[in-house]
Amino acid sequence: MLKIHRDICGYCGCCVSVCPEGALELIDAYLSVGETCTSCGICAKVCPLGALEVVNEK
Amino acid sequence: MKSKYDVLVIGGGPAGALAAKTAVEKGLSALIVEKRPAIGAPVRCAEGIGKEALQEFIDPDPRWISAEMTGAGIVAPDGFFMRLSSAMAGNKVGYILDRKVFDRELVWKASEAGADVAVKSRASAPIMEDGVVKGAKVEYCGKVSNVKAQVVIAADGVESKFSKWCGIDTTVPAREIMSSVQYVMTDIDIDSGATIFYLGNEVAPEGYLWVFPKGKRSANVGIGISGRKSGEGHRAKDYLDRFVQKTFPNGKTIEYIPGGVSVCRPLECTVGNGLLIAGDAARVVDPLTGGGIYNAMYTGKLAAEVAADCIGKGDLSKAALMKYDQEWRASKMGKSIERNYHIKEYLIKQPDEKLNEIIHSVSNLNLAEFSTLNLIKEIIRINPKLVLELGALAASLR
Repeated sequence: MLKIHRDICGYCGCCVSVCPEGALELIDAYLSVGETCTSCGICAKVCPLGALEVVNEK
Repeated sequence: MKSKYDVLVIGGGPAGALAAKTAVEKGLSALIVEKRPAIGAPVRCAEGIGKEALQEFIDPDPRWISAEMTGAGIVAPDGFFMRLSSAMAGNKVGYILDRKVFDRELVWKASEAGADVAVKSRASAPIMEDGVVKGAKVEYCGKVSNVKAQVVIAADGVESKFSKWCGIDTTVPAREIMSSVQYVMTDIDIDSGATIFYLGNEVAPEGYLWVFPKGKRSANVGIGISGRKSGEGHRAKDYLDRFVQKTFPNGKTIEYIPGGVSVCRPLECTVGNGLLIAGDAARVVDPLTGGGIYNAMYTGKLAAEVAADCIGKGDLSKAALMKYDQEWRASKMGKSIERNYHIKEYLIKQPDEKLNEIIHSVSNLNLAEFSTLNLIKEIIRINPKLVLELGALAASLR
């Protein structure tokens, strides 16, 4: 699943623009992840700050 | 905020502001909804704009101009510096804006002309009737209201969602998002009259690093790298921190600005039934420079003009609104996006040695007209071999 490090996130929306599933949305200063997220990791790769991480589900 | 408008504009940036202002000037009612609690903040921009481009829309005002530019410089991957100046020495060629004040001014002008504005108000879903966009659900402090409109202009920026909800694919390919970070720095030694661009795989892979003056000893120091070159340990922030430590070790960072800039081709189609898409949301950023302020204002204004025309004729179908799409593509802006897309695609494929060679060939350029097109033309004139490498594109540059 996609983990958002909210202490790092600068709520810029870079990740939202590349999400092929439309799963991310920037609600003012809060990045939300929807159910359509497939944990593909594209957002985590492009994040300029390293605020996103795909972690293995337990 | 009323429950019905002629034009509903989503986003209070330059595209949205120009769209709303133009709509009300055409005698229509218009509302801007801005999800942020303030217009103009947080800034997601390096704030540069050409002198003529700006003046097409608004007269420069010291209240929102941070610095005036008289030249530019490019630093090659090997450190070689190439100076660009205007043929008329001391001539202003562009501005670095203060977007917080600039955006507010544009929205103020729209509201003064008669547009309504709602901040901290987020369009959370389109209202659709038989496949036609008829407005949006707008959330404000946990309350949802329906705002109906004859036409919606989506100007919701790089993180745009509205058109996606209406069934239009707006996804930016990872390789075509510039993953970016910028620091507003003070107490640094800079040339306060010139924008400086640093190129090279070590400095900014498939992108560039910029120093855009904001005053005598202050500047926007930022970087954009291709999303495909980004990853753990080598992100935009890592590159920028390395540069700042080396170049401005005693500078102070007074603002921390992450962002994404699309450098892909514009959306395949920027209209739908009852919908027009403008600015960054339409992906009309200049793919070579990453500049988007002018293109946003241009498309925002044009979208409202076409909307007004179509409202007058009572036809808001995609086919009728296509006039907007066709007109901006055929415009100087549309052609320049297409051309600069090819130049960008060529340049990002060149190794550092090639970039060094090109930049070394021109140590000092005096441009009659200060534009990226003229810069490229000059470079080609001095390196005739490039004509062959650029292929068919070169013809359009002559």
